[in-house]
Amino acid sequence: MVVYLVRRLAYGVLTVFGVMLLLFVLFFGVTNPDDIARKAVGERAMPEVYVQWKKNHGYDRPMFLNTEHGVFDGRRYSDTLLFEHFRRLLSFDFGRSDNGDEPIARRLREGAGPSLSLTLPLFVLGLVLGIGIALLAAFFRETYIDRAVLLVCVVTMSVAGLLFIIGGQFLVGLLLKWFPVSGFDPNATVIARFLALPVLIGLVMGFGPDVRLYRTVFLEEMNRDYVRTARAKGAGDARVMLAHVLRNALIPILTNVVMAIPFLFTGALLLESFFGIPGLGSLTVDALNGNDFAMLRTMVYLGALAFIAGQILTDVSYALADPRVRLS
Amino acid sequence: MSAPLLEIDRLAVSFRAERGRVHVVDRVQLALAAGETLALVGESGCGKSITALAIMRLVPRPGLIEAESRICFAGRDLLSLPVAEMRNVRGGKIGMIFQEPMTSLNPVTRVGAQVEEAIRLHAKVPAGEARRRTVELFQTVGIPDSGIRVDAYPHQLSGGLKQRVMIAMAMAMQPRLLICDEPTTALDATIRAQILELIRNMATTTGAAVLLITHDFGVVNAVADRVAVMYAGQIVEEGAREELLSRPRHPYTQGLLRSIPRPEARGNRLEEIKGVVPRPGQWPQACRFHPRCPHAFDRCRSETPARTVVSPTQAAWCHLVDEEARA
Amino acid sequence: MHWLSNITVVLLVLGSVWVARSAARSRFWRESAIELWRRRRLAILVVGVFVLIALLDAISWIGGGEGVAAYQPRTIVDRIFQPDTFREASYSAPLAKVAFYGGQPLDHPGAHLLGTDILGRDVVYRALKGVRVALLIGVFTSLIVIPLALLFGVTAGYFGRRLDDGVFFVMTLLASVPSLLLLIALITVLGKGTLQVCFALGVTSWVGFCRLARGETLKLREADYVSAARALGVSDFRIMMRHILPNLAHLVIITFALTFTGLVLTETILSYLGIGIDGSWGQMIDQARNELSRTPVIWWNITAAAVLLFVLVLAVNTIADAMRDIADPRTRRETQ
Ligand SMILES: Nc1ncnc2c1ncn2[C@@H]1O[C@H](COP(=O)(O)OP(=O)(O)O)[C@@H](O)[C@H]1O
Ligand SMILES: [Mg+2]
Repeated sequence: MVVYLVRRLAYGVLTVFGVMLLLFVLFFGVTNPDDIARKAVGERAMPEVYVQWKKNHGYDRPMFLNTEHGVFDGRRYSDTLLFEHFRRLLSFDFGRSDNGDEPIARRLREGAGPSLSLTLPLFVLGLVLGIGIALLAAFFRETYIDRAVLLVCVVTMSVAGLLFIIGGQFLVGLLLKWFPVSGFDPNATVIARFLALPVLIGLVMGFGPDVRLYRTVFLEEMNRDYVRTARAKGAGDARVMLAHVLRNALIPILTNVVMAIPFLFTGALLLESFFGIPGLGSLTVDALNGNDFAMLRTMVYLGALAFIAGQILTDVSYALADPRVRLS
Repeated sequence: MSAPLLEIDRLAVSFRAERGRVHVVDRVQLALAAGETLALVGESGCGKSITALAIMRLVPRPGLIEAESRICFAGRDLLSLPVAEMRNVRGGKIGMIFQEPMTSLNPVTRVGAQVEEAIRLHAKVPAGEARRRTVELFQTVGIPDSGIRVDAYPHQLSGGLKQRVMIAMAMAMQPRLLICDEPTTALDATIRAQILELIRNMATTTGAAVLLITHDFGVVNAVADRVAVMYAGQIVEEGAREELLSRPRHPYTQGLLRSIPRPEARGNRLEEIKGVVPRPGQWPQACRFHPRCPHAFDRCRSETPARTVVSPTQAAWCHLVDEEARA
Repeated sequence: MHWLSNITVVLLVLGSVWVARSAARSRFWRESAIELWRRRRLAILVVGVFVLIALLDAISWIGGGEGVAAYQPRTIVDRIFQPDTFREASYSAPLAKVAFYGGQPLDHPGAHLLGTDILGRDVVYRALKGVRVALLIGVFTSLIVIPLALLFGVTAGYFGRRLDDGVFFVMTLLASVPSLLLLIALITVLGKGTLQVCFALGVTSWVGFCRLARGETLKLREADYVSAARALGVSDFRIMMRHILPNLAHLVIITFALTFTGLVLTETILSYLGIGIDGSWGQMIDQARNELSRTPVIWWNITAAAVLLFVLVLAVNTIADAMRDIADPRTRRETQ
């Protein structure tokens, strides 16, 4: 078990380095500091402005190896874009944004709260609702309840997320005037009113794939021999479903839940930007629109980091939840 | 003989198929007296497990027990019992053991807790009491270190031990009938005898009747009082063990018995029944065995055989036997 | 460029006919196809109509028009709708006789089935133009992705060891970046444009295909007939072509259908973010989203794009579901 943990962690670290390298290739190889600078200062800016901008943002270093400081000054060989890129990402010192010249760390700190206040309720409600409905559908398999659930799944999966947001805003907000159409207020008493609509729409968007997957998992478990044993000893439907099927199904479901973490991030990207919630998703969209490469780089890195951490967590909790793995 | 403990009549089970319904068990008639051990034998796929599951009303979907079927247990019609009462019967009055001990236990729950569940579903006892009884049961079924083993997970136990846990679970409420569906098929040859011995001991001490499903005549010889032979969803012959084994009347039973490898016949080629078991839905008309039967004659192809009593303790469903009996 | 597109269309059609003919020789494929047709007749017909529209909109030639149009390649759909003349000044409601704002009489009163957009373009025409873009996203991306994914997935699964470790690491790497973020990053550094977007979509969907191919190959490699073929000294290449690829085909098709709908839906998000493909339904929806808050509401633009998008995705999704049921008897029993 310990060996497994160590190996899993090591692979995670390796993946993080891979992501950093990938980002370097994308942002310093495919596009390059010259392009970035030109986009930031504009095509017609004076050459001095351009050079100064590159200097300010640390884009004026050589790419791989710095020989400017003389042969004997060994420390400075590493004063290059490549090393700087790795150093910054590893030490979480993200520097200043390309657009607006603000410290990235501060904007991340400000964005985290609003993001979480949207994604957390979405995550918890989605999980509870998804498992509950899938359990019902699996229990009533091949009846009209099951068919209706499957139909709703396939239909909601075929509608673009963008349309859910536009339609939801239009119907619930504009026509019925139940909730504010967009905006955000960190005040605890009104935050719920602003979040209700995006959470609702987020739930509908995530409903289909989750319910279908959970239902399949439940059906698979319900066909297993131990379920027959449980029935043969006199357990009722509720007991069989909750104490036996759900307990076993939670192990594969756990995997999906962590896979959903980046989805929350990306789903929130659309929701946040549309509903004017000043979270990390909005930051990413702003960065995209403002050609803020430093910010984008950071967001991709953090997103990947969150996912890799989540994956390690699933593997570990998977191992903990399943005695077959835990005790081997 | 008083009224039998279990009486099955015209039991029919069908599955939905591409067109219409396909019967996999058809007009099965069986009776089992209290304390008696009945072996149900037949080639794989002939409907033995489905018959057993039908008694428990656990036929898997989309299987359906047809309306004309009757299953009487201890004077009650199981098929018309309300669901809640049927639950009391399962595990309370009838215990069941399955073929695959490897997969029949819940993999994420400790085995002790699974046996405790069987107890607490039927008796209102405090948790401590249920656990005490579980440890006791584990001792009775011969699990060493039972106090420790109750906290083991299924994957930590060998196949034989798992089957013992299954027996403990099935016998926890001292049922009047124990159904064993090929309890030793998945086990090593070395522990088969032990498990059979255990089942027989448990049954004698509690006075339970046993319906033992098997395709192994060694098992039949070791434990059965009576034997019923099944072919293609129907009973073809039944009788007391010695009589049926020494004087089988149905050609199918004769074929089955001849195909057992016997030490004294070593060197001779095994005699086997020609042809293959037809699949459900493709059963021949009239006598279902006639295409494979060495003695088949015209009547076998045109008329369904009825039960022919050949002795007070033996009966067969066969035209040949019927003609002989008349002659 | 237009002849390139024409050649591609001809090659695609010929390729499809060839694939269909060789598939029809196998009993498994023939029976699966018949079963699929039996279960999803409507959905298949719907997809067929979409494909037809896309083909009509992919073949173009120069000449036959007036003014500037005479020197531009125009597709069959263009020739039917004559977008240069068949237009108004600005918004007009479906089948209206007068302009939406101002009330001047229209040039083509009552002729615009779904009205016109802000620039006076016919909405039916624009929505139909979106068909080709949607299919282009799916087909073009798949043409890039599936061969590469099969190459890497199958060889990694078959040969194992170093190669497998390498491919597995790349898969882990790409999978660990949330796909929308990866898309955004890729398109930002590559620049906007159809080719770039398809490439980016290809990178993000490559992992799914590759994982599938690798996993199935691992399973098939252990199968008896593959071991037997190896024992007989059949070459690795031949085993992969003869025994592994054909057994992957149905899974690849099902995954392709599901990926296709995923790609088309993702493109709408990209359009909202301003990095979508020109002429897509996503762009139509994005451009029209503020029209809903006008009074009176201008609904026809967004509705036309949304309905076509929904119908196509729903049809492909239900076909994919049916294919999955047919291919896997276990799920088939569950879903009956
Ligand atoms: N879930 C099912 N769906 C369809 N047919 C089934 C199902 N379960 C069993 N059968 C059919 O019922 C027949 C009898 O099965 P079974 O009672 O398990 O045979 P056995 O005598 O080997 O125990 C088999 O031939 C099988 O085809
Ligand atoms: Mg069986």
